[in-house]
Amino acid sequence: MARIVSTLYAAAVYGFIFLPVIVLVLFSFQATLFPIPPFTGPSLRWYEAVLRDARLTDGLLNSMLVAVATSALATLLGFLSAWGFARFHMPASALMRGLITLPLTVSYLIIGMGLLILFNWIGIPKSLITAGIGHVVINLPLCFAIIYSQMGDHQANVERAARDLGAKEWQVLLLVTAPMLWPALFASFFLSMTFSWDEFVIAFLLTRFDTTLPVEIWNLLRAGLNPKTNAVGSLVFGVSIVLAIVFELVAFRKRPA
Amino acid sequence: MSAGRQSLAGWASVSPALLWTLVFFAAPFAAMAAVSLFPKDGGGFSLANYTQFFANPSYWRALTNSLEVTLIVTAVSILLAYPFAWILAFVVPERWQRLALMLAVLPFWTSYVVRSYSWLLVLAEKGAVNNALIHLGLLAEPIQLANTRAATVIGFVHFFVMLLTLTIFANLKQLSPNYRKAAADLGAGPIRSFIHVILPLTMPGIMVGAFLTFVLAIGDYITPQILGGNNELLMPQLIMMQIGRRGDFASASALSIILMAVVTVAYLLCARWLKIERA
Repeated sequence: MARIVSTLYAAAVYGFIFLPVIVLVLFSFQATLFPIPPFTGPSLRWYEAVLRDARLTDGLLNSMLVAVATSALATLLGFLSAWGFARFHMPASALMRGLITLPLTVSYLIIGMGLLILFNWIGIPKSLITAGIGHVVINLPLCFAIIYSQMGDHQANVERAARDLGAKEWQVLLLVTAPMLWPALFASFFLSMTFSWDEFVIAFLLTRFDTTLPVEIWNLLRAGLNPKTNAVGSLVFGVSIVLAIVFELVAFRKRPA
Repeated sequence: MSAGRQSLAGWASVSPALLWTLVFFAAPFAAMAAVSLFPKDGGGFSLANYTQFFANPSYWRALTNSLEVTLIVTAVSILLAYPFAWILAFVVPERWQRLALMLAVLPFWTSYVVRSYSWLLVLAEKGAVNNALIHLGLLAEPIQLANTRAATVIGFVHFFVMLLTLTIFANLKQLSPNYRKAAADLGAGPIRSFIHVILPLTMPGIMVGAFLTFVLAIGDYITPQILGGNNELLMPQLIMMQIGRRGDFASASALSIILMAVVTVAYLLCARWLKIERA
């Protein structure tokens, strides 16, 4: 009895979780003008429409560019600061660490608003760079927290050994510490990528002409229900799934000890 | 290394991140606070943007709407996700668990704007749900599902059920089966064992998930804007309206600061369960 109830419950929750995704992907193959029942496909006309739409393809490239660049910077800043706090006795260390992780608790909307006002005030025009700055702000605390949590004392011993053997500080960081921490570095970079890739409100507030894919999709949405939105949404979903599988394979692959 | 060089290396490694946070997080916040005190209508320094919030019923309503929606979403998501996480952790055979969990969070990977749009498709007047209900003979005429508070709640719950399933599942898997055995040996039935043993031990997972849900939901503009429409405004919609339609940065700043104060209170309430520590 309990088994039947469990199975039914799990099936219902899976149904709820998958319903919108199934509707999204199914009606991206709609042959007619509206993504609502009955299904008239399959047809690839809306995928062709997406690939012919320069705004969407530009948005896609912009999104990739911003995601890779901001994730690399956030991971680098997070790594350096995590190493500094773990290896040196800094005055007011807890306070400074608290400051770096603070943006985690603030809504993206508020972070974006603050930057908009600041840039507006000092006269910096909106662009992909200003949006990218915002993305580093939201991802840096995450990278810091992940990498800092993986800084153990055994690595400090290996670093000391490298120094005793004559390695300079930058050599220790680059050739000893970073390789030892690569799963944390990879996780930071990858999570930042997915957050930046999907981020809407900061990009919406801080870009003007060139913008990212979520903002272009938002612009498309204002035209109402349209199978083209289904098609671009399904494409983004496909890309994200591929990224997730790569992450799964790389990060959780069993490595020889 | 000498002590002096050591502290130099320390400062050199932490200062880029610190400076970034100060310049692009703390300074904007200070700018926002400053701007909020000089209302758009001119007249210099004034608390008008804050007093209007308490005086203008429609502004006040936006905050209570936001709190209501967020609390409903948090409660419904926990109630749905907990049994689901339980089934994944204890009913599904061990070797299928990883796959079952990965499937359960797969729609996480849909783009966030697209996820709300997908629910709009499902809930639209001629969408999948109305269509199915009419075909089954349960409805004669389509009912309005989109552009309602219920639609906003459904869109949010969809996302947060996945998130909470992850945090609660992780918590349940860490529990030693001995706890349940010990409770049973001491004579507790399944219900007492759950209420007095398992539930308290899974509070951290619940609270981490609940806090994330609260913070992410109360600051979200997309879901209420796409699914709820403009019938009732939530705080983020009100803030965006101040910028978009009225170009009133001062008022938008004041509203943002009020929203942030609300989140801070929530954080303080959950703080004992939320800790970032070195392993």
